[in-house]
Amino acid sequence: MDYKNIRRGIALVGAAAITLALAACGGSTGSSTEAAADAAAPATLKVSGAFSSSIEEPWDGVVDAALKEAAASGEITYKMVDKIGYASGAMERTLRQIAEEDKPDIIFGDSYGNEEAARAVAKDYPNIAFVMGSGGGPSGSNFSVFDNWIHEPAFVSGMLAGGLTKTNTIGIVAGYPVPEVNRIVNAFIAGAQMQNPKVKVKTTFISSWFDPAAAKDAALAQISAGADILFAERSGVIEAAQSKGLLSFGNQMDQKSVAPDSVVTSNVWNMKPTVDYIVAQVKAKSYTSQDLKDFSMVGKGGATLTEINQGVKGGVPQALADAAMAKFEEIRSGAFRVDISEGQPAGSTVKAAK
Amino acid sequence: MIETLIGIIGATLRISTPLVFASLGEVITERAGMLNLSIEGTMYTGAFVGITVAAQTGSLTTGLIAAIIAGAIVGCVMGFLVVTLGVNQHVAGLGLTLLLISASNTANRILFTNKDGMVRVDPWKPFDFAGPIFSQYWLTYAAFLILAPALWWLLWRSGIGIRIRAVGENPESADVAGISVARTRYFALALGGALMAAGGAFITLAFLGSFTINIINGRGWVAIALVIFGRWGIWRTVSGALLFALVSATQQQLRLVPALSHLPFEILLALPYLAVIAGLAITGRNVPYPGAYLKPYRRL
Repeated sequence: MDYKNIRRGIALVGAAAITLALAACGGSTGSSTEAAADAAAPATLKVSGAFSSSIEEPWDGVVDAALKEAAASGEITYKMVDKIGYASGAMERTLRQIAEEDKPDIIFGDSYGNEEAARAVAKDYPNIAFVMGSGGGPSGSNFSVFDNWIHEPAFVSGMLAGGLTKTNTIGIVAGYPVPEVNRIVNAFIAGAQMQNPKVKVKTTFISSWFDPAAAKDAALAQISAGADILFAERSGVIEAAQSKGLLSFGNQMDQKSVAPDSVVTSNVWNMKPTVDYIVAQVKAKSYTSQDLKDFSMVGKGGATLTEINQGVKGGVPQALADAAMAKFEEIRSGAFRVDISEGQPAGSTVKAAK
Repeated sequence: MIETLIGIIGATLRISTPLVFASLGEVITERAGMLNLSIEGTMYTGAFVGITVAAQTGSLTTGLIAAIIAGAIVGCVMGFLVVTLGVNQHVAGLGLTLLLISASNTANRILFTNKDGMVRVDPWKPFDFAGPIFSQYWLTYAAFLILAPALWWLLWRSGIGIRIRAVGENPESADVAGISVARTRYFALALGGALMAAGGAFITLAFLGSFTINIINGRGWVAIALVIFGRWGIWRTVSGALLFALVSATQQQLRLVPALSHLPFEILLALPYLAVIAGLAITGRNVPYPGAYLKPYRRL
């Protein structure tokens, strides 16, 4: 063998090794993780997760966390696939594969961008409960929908922000102007303006679910335009508030730990009530398709506000905190209803979008 | 108004910092005749390795050094593929980017998000003096005042620079003149990779203090365009990075102006990219690509 052939051989082996390594890595991020499946009793339900995005994304993370919690308590066994993506057919193929191979009792996941395909699969497997995050409605006998509905705590956060701002300017940095984001942002604006009619709100969409550096840049731009309170619909914003010694509000999960001297409170989504309800329904064999929206709202404990953090710089005036919590109780009891407004808020607004 | 302008200039310097590191790394690499498309993955790796090591050791400096070493190693892997094996540079670079991003995400899940959640460190703070323009991170000062002049000297005034440009323009002549083409190209890739990784680490160790998936979000691809915009020159590339960052910072302010708030924000968001495309259209025609660009060198 001459020198050229040897080199060609090395190239082939190298190419094969790279391909294998790529396959292994791609596989492990997208592959299943088993969570606490010790000694499954016969009554334990088998649950699969199927997420378009990554569980590091807060929305998926909340659903995954609730299912892991249920698995840890022994109610269910749980196995999930994430990063399925939005490519044509990917979600349908994955759902069919889960239904055929794992034969779960329930599939939790999301059907954004795959609404028709997911419903078509559900129709073919009537014995599996499909419980999907969706912008649409329930369908057939077994396809239920849920979403995060944290506009109620967002309204109360907005009240606090309106009461705390000294420049009467509040900044909001959000992902994309889609209905599920808009209703949170609009409720926050409405709350701020109810508390303080002079408030101006500046909203920046970064056009990404994940770009904390861009989110922080946008937040710093809002600060230099006069904002002294920031609402972090996306991550990266609390860091900007903290670096300038300003107050901020978290979203989706409790974000106090990011900056304990900056985060006043967080609007938190909790999927546990939805998971508990569905597990009980399937166990009792009384599951039917439905819109599970109510289980993600304040009334049933699916949405909440974390305890107001008096440790923030300057503290929160007691009267303001009391007024906010009184409003939260009114929402919980049903005496006050927060409007759901899903239109795109303007970049700089004095009125919430309708 | 003046305050807004000062804010924009301050933001411009900050936003351009990771782009300066990465695009200058790419300039060195391309000057040696290679397109390094692993740039996006190398920045990602630098961001992840930097914060991981910083979180484990409690030292940001150790994290930065680890990121730089990781970037140099990635450069050497790229060298093995495109110099030693002579595989297609587009495929090798894109493949490495996919591999590095997936590997970082997997490691992030195993080490952090499956346990305590997001990894965080207490990041470097910007210097706090003389107003928003000069209140920058030390890495920003390092990029403009040390790195750019040093690389200019390296490329145009040092023996190494002559060798790098020689193997990029005409590797046959360089070889005849006694320059090791392979060794010089490996050096350029390792140095370039180290700089790209440092650019990524700036985001996690200085600007944010945390790591999330998608942390680089295309900044590596912007750097590739900036190199062509800069015609493989140090200062022109730095200017390109500043221009991109200036338009980015300006559009962020424009979006907050009430009079413009009915303009679809996507138009303003696209401005920095449009500026680069416009810049490429104007200056990118008939650009003098390095003579041996994309060509693996083989002795006949």
